[in-house]
Amino acid sequence: MVLAEQTQSIEEQRRWEGDLDQLRGLVSERAITGETMLLNMGPHHPSTHGVLRLLLELDGEQIVNCLPDIGFLHTGIEKSIEDKSYEKAVPLTDRMDYLSPMSNNMAFSATVEKLLDLDVPERGQIIRVICLELARCASHLVWLGTHAIDMGAMSVLLYAFRERERVLGMFEMLSGQRMMSSYIRPGGVWRDVPDDFLPTIKQFLNDFPAKVDDYEALLTRNPIWKDRAQGVGVIEPDVALAYGMTGPALRGSGVNWDLRKAQPYSGYETYDFNVPVGEHGDVYDRYLIRIHEFRESVKILQQAVSRLERTQGPCRSQNGKYCPPLRSELGQSMEAVIHHFKLWTYGYDAPDDEIYNAIESPRGEIGCYIHGTGANKPRRVHFKTPSFIHISALPVVAKGYLLADMVAIIGSVDIVLGDCDR
Amino acid sequence: MEIPAPRDPASAARDAFGDAILHVKEFRGETTIVVDSAHIVEVLDFLRVTSGLVYNMLSDVSAVDYYPNDYGDAFDGAESDFRPERFGLSYHILSMLYNRRLRVKAFAAEEDPRLPTATVVWPAANWLEREIADMMGIVFEGHPDQRRLLMPEDWYGHPHRRDYPLGKETVAFSFNVDEIHQHKPFARH
Repeated sequence: MVLAEQTQSIEEQRRWEGDLDQLRGLVSERAITGETMLLNMGPHHPSTHGVLRLLLELDGEQIVNCLPDIGFLHTGIEKSIEDKSYEKAVPLTDRMDYLSPMSNNMAFSATVEKLLDLDVPERGQIIRVICLELARCASHLVWLGTHAIDMGAMSVLLYAFRERERVLGMFEMLSGQRMMSSYIRPGGVWRDVPDDFLPTIKQFLNDFPAKVDDYEALLTRNPIWKDRAQGVGVIEPDVALAYGMTGPALRGSGVNWDLRKAQPYSGYETYDFNVPVGEHGDVYDRYLIRIHEFRESVKILQQAVSRLERTQGPCRSQNGKYCPPLRSELGQSMEAVIHHFKLWTYGYDAPDDEIYNAIESPRGEIGCYIHGTGANKPRRVHFKTPSFIHISALPVVAKGYLLADMVAIIGSVDIVLGDCDR
Repeated sequence: MEIPAPRDPASAARDAFGDAILHVKEFRGETTIVVDSAHIVEVLDFLRVTSGLVYNMLSDVSAVDYYPNDYGDAFDGAESDFRPERFGLSYHILSMLYNRRLRVKAFAAEEDPRLPTATVVWPAANWLEREIADMMGIVFEGHPDQRRLLMPEDWYGHPHRRDYPLGKETVAFSFNVDEIHQHKPFARH
């Protein structure tokens, strides 16, 4: 290489590897002069729950500024969906929030249904509610285990994962996959529940409340846990609203807003359940809310299971233009064969217009924006994901707390980096 | 406390801004207000603070690329002097008080796409706009942090544009590695 080129390339490298000048205006002047310390937390730090990098400006142990750096898990899911028909995009949505793939499936499917004006039969709706609440339990169990281990309570993780394993077993029963289930699809669910599903879930619902009591016995009145959690990471309600926070992070601050109640979908308005709301907005309140949500989910699941036993009928839309025919029909009906072929080769056309639809995932509002083209592929799909919004609010939440509290705060807003980066 | 009666956002905005409201449409029960991009921030702020509207939360900002300026029938029935541009930005706002959503849409031109930033109205717009700036290449004037958000800082181009190929990375072998590195101005060694 010629020398001139070499020098240039070194300069180029220096330009984008970043130096202090780039941070001017984002960190305080004291960091530029070296009075405060700039410290990288992550992307390999175990308590950042994936690949989140935080550039922290520390005054002693106190956080002066926090600059989250995301994108390490960016996989271009939204871009990839632009090249897929609507049905084939569902498996991609699994990979966003990998702790509750069912919620992503639901967010996407419900939006496509709204775009197509497609109805889902009642049995399909009930199975969806069961899946979504099981996903909420599974996701909260991972949150509980990892949050506790971050704060030094090692044993909770093992207990939480023991129960999560049973939920994943049920997902495997339903869809053949433990995690990336792609079970909820536009028009309903993939197939009806197998025969041994109902006994399994009843047994689980029977055992689970006692397990939640066990978790609470380990943590709720534990003085070390309370010292670490109470009064830490306080989010004021107006701050939460201004930053667009949703889910337990918003309800912990005392704002009673749950899309299952406010803008019900899948027949949530017909179930009897409460929405727990906190008052202080600290880590401890967010912990209590999720623990209560376990119990509320069990309540919903019990009602849904008894309804499922009483409800017969199809579990996906009978509109052959949008939903595949039953396997058994393929031998008898020419029309079914045509629909089947057309669906798996071309898909279906969706109107050239835009739709935004949101559901309540375990982490908060997961919104899906779809702009159709009038043909079988979308022009644009965008997911508004709760983790993305919550990480963007981390700097305000963490300011003024100690470095050790950062771990508690990250754990308590419950972020998933796949959900954030998409 | 008495809650004032809800007002129709489209007519309220038309009363306050007149010609800056270019188009109003309904689709599947969702209202979209298309606003002149120069006035987008004032309109958003108006919708947030006015009693009877109170869209207090910014749910999402998404950008659509209409390349190659093919709008289908999305804006049929619009007033004659309204022309959509290449990039459409949808601000999805939510009123918790009246439990309803609204989409406010603004367009940015293909040449030098620019819009004023909504971070002054909602801090939530900060990252949502940074993502769009990164992915669509739209410049938000007055945005406090204009670094890339998701893509690496040395990335060329804006992946969510429709003319950006849904590309594959060429696999590097010893016979083509030099050729690949020539295409990548920032590649090391």
